[in-house]
Amino acid sequence: MAETMMLGNQAVARGLWEAGCRFVSSYPGTPSTEITEYVSEYPEVYAEWAPNEKVAVEAAVGASVAGARAFSGMKHVGLNVAADPIFTAAYTGVSAGLVVAVADDQGMHSSQNEQDSRHYARAAKLPMLEPSDSAECLDFARRAFDLSEAHDTPVLLRLSTRVSHSQSRVTPSERQERERRPYQKDAGKYVMVPAAARVRHAAVETRLTALTEVAETSAFNTVERHDKRIGVVAAGIAYQTAREALGEKASYFKLGMIWPLPEASLRAFAAEVDTLFVIEELDDFIETHCRKLGLAVQGKALFSPLGEYTAEQVRAVILGTEAPAQTPAAIPGRPPVLCPGCPHRGLFHVLHKMKLTVTGDIGCYTLGASPPLSAIDLCICMGASVSSLHGFVQVRPEMAGQTVAVIGDSTFFHSGITGLINMVYNKSHGTVLILDNAITGMTGHQQNPATGLTLQGVPTHKLDIEALCRAVGVGRVRVLDPHDLAEMEAALREELAAPEPSVIVARRPCVLLPYVKRETPLAIDGPNCRGCRACMNIGCPAIRTDGRVMTIDRSLCVGCGLCARLCRFGAIHPEGEQKA
Amino acid sequence: MKNLLIAGVGGQGSLLASRILGAVYLSVGMDVKVSEVHGMSQRGGSVITYVRAGDKVASPLIPEGETELLIALEQLEALRWMSHVRPGGAVVMSTQIILPMPVITGQTAYPENIADAVCGCGLQTYVVQAHDIAVGLSDTRVSNVVLLGAASRLVGFAPEVWDDALRVAVKPRFLEINRQAFALGRAALEAEG
Repeated sequence: MAETMMLGNQAVARGLWEAGCRFVSSYPGTPSTEITEYVSEYPEVYAEWAPNEKVAVEAAVGASVAGARAFSGMKHVGLNVAADPIFTAAYTGVSAGLVVAVADDQGMHSSQNEQDSRHYARAAKLPMLEPSDSAECLDFARRAFDLSEAHDTPVLLRLSTRVSHSQSRVTPSERQERERRPYQKDAGKYVMVPAAARVRHAAVETRLTALTEVAETSAFNTVERHDKRIGVVAAGIAYQTAREALGEKASYFKLGMIWPLPEASLRAFAAEVDTLFVIEELDDFIETHCRKLGLAVQGKALFSPLGEYTAEQVRAVILGTEAPAQTPAAIPGRPPVLCPGCPHRGLFHVLHKMKLTVTGDIGCYTLGASPPLSAIDLCICMGASVSSLHGFVQVRPEMAGQTVAVIGDSTFFHSGITGLINMVYNKSHGTVLILDNAITGMTGHQQNPATGLTLQGVPTHKLDIEALCRAVGVGRVRVLDPHDLAEMEAALREELAAPEPSVIVARRPCVLLPYVKRETPLAIDGPNCRGCRACMNIGCPAIRTDGRVMTIDRSLCVGCGLCARLCRFGAIHPEGEQKA
Repeated sequence: MKNLLIAGVGGQGSLLASRILGAVYLSVGMDVKVSEVHGMSQRGGSVITYVRAGDKVASPLIPEGETELLIALEQLEALRWMSHVRPGGAVVMSTQIILPMPVITGQTAYPENIADAVCGCGLQTYVVQAHDIAVGLSDTRVSNVVLLGAASRLVGFAPEVWDDALRVAVKPRFLEINRQAFALGRAALEAEG
């Protein structure tokens, strides 16, 4: 295939395919999602969405042990969920190659924290590779499987937002088809009871020594010699930033394998240059290693542990150039908002109006925390809304009647369901609102167990959320349309008064789904508008004020009618139906 | 090095515009990197994508003050990013206005006379009624390609190169409307001079 442009994630998918990977299981998470979407387009690869990252990795381990090259992809916070099986898979090792990609999000473009996943490689004693552009994404994904099989180990592939979500040139090649390895029962290797694990721990330590030798000698790590007054050790996107900033004014030790790190070759590079800098975003991972080797390096004392680096910052620190001035003018910010017609908006309006305390969760509906809705009090991680609601009302029983959890459909299956089991089991109070918009919204419309479709769009069993909630022991389950504000408010009052756990499924499909029809845009008739601004309280981007009266931007309005329900003067109508 | 910055609002199609530009540079044999924005910022937030082309591109991000051409799909975003344009650089901006939530809720005001402010800062500025042209085509989604058509006058390359890039980046069933949008945008900048 000829040279082409590929997204980093697309190139990883291509690399998996070329390596003969047969099994992929993942949970969507920005910036990792497209790996699994792209790989699902290859018919030779079985690919699926799992309910969460722990399930996905466990499935991939099973596939590897059964003899097929297997993969799981996730974002950094997803790796926390999958950490349990990963630490033990480090002990069992693999049969066919097993690769786990983790995409970090330096700068938190769409994440609740900034986490340096490299620590997991060291903690689990697993090799980790880090590509710096799309060509390396393809190459490293492919070679990760060979490394996995050669050293009987799962391999971590670390990505970052700027590598996952940049397009650059790639030259694809053909797939190397691989027969399944024969399955052999081997309890000593695959059943991690303490007696077997003690043996395997020793194997892990021996393997780590062998992998250090790979780090010393393999082409993953390369030296680029230019001016030797400045030496730079860097990996991934930080290497590209350093290369951009310093060009040939520095020599580079580019790490493609970031755990285990080499020792002798780093020492040799340090001896070649006058001043050695480690340029790495987030933590001082490589720097700490260099210091352990006794190398004089400059790193986090000069560079921030926060966010992405820019070439200007690197230039300013290392070459002493002037840091660029900040943009002076005060320009209004543009925070993300719930889309016009979003089914969650009506629900958040009711929660805000009722002044409820709300434990929130991860998804589009986290945007309900922003003004003017301001309807979320706490948001930690996937599934935390339900479990933290339980803790909250146990400690403040007097607030049980005014505290609710909100969670999306996909997030509920990811890890909300266990929280609900806990609420029922431990006789909690409180109401859980499941915001079922019939898709996994925030990551860009992935199917989930309740949509009735697989990753490939093939019809499958459609999970019945209400039946599931009843099955775990919730006695009070009801379904409502979140646009029906009065009924929603009445239902909330009833459920919050009940001295037992309850669930309200707020059901209306995401307005961006192709089958959701746009209604006639609404318009506001000036003479009837009193300028009370009640319609502004829902934070709809289509409504604006034009002096005294409000207007609606017809190019944004999808005609959901929520604002019309809030107008006490009957001033909002579908276009063309205004009163005289 | 060619450094192009596309600024817009989530949902306006900056990503598609950046992919078309990437395809153009690839087809003429340059090294090229395109940074895209996904996730949270798609929900009506500020979105910027970078397109860089040259002999060898390292970082996908454009260093501050090195942008040659800013393509702004919305006025406020033109104002926000114009300081990244190098002296003597150019701005192609749409007249479209999309109010951000802090303006809608009355916390802050939308700046007035943005086009004058951008024109007045020494950059070559081209203002295009991209949204109106797209409305004329009965598809507001193609205003991104209208603007790109206008920008193509400054980027260079033969019309066939652009047409091939459209074919690479746009789904077949939307190709024809995007071709029309591109052509109208290209004509609009010619009219501008």
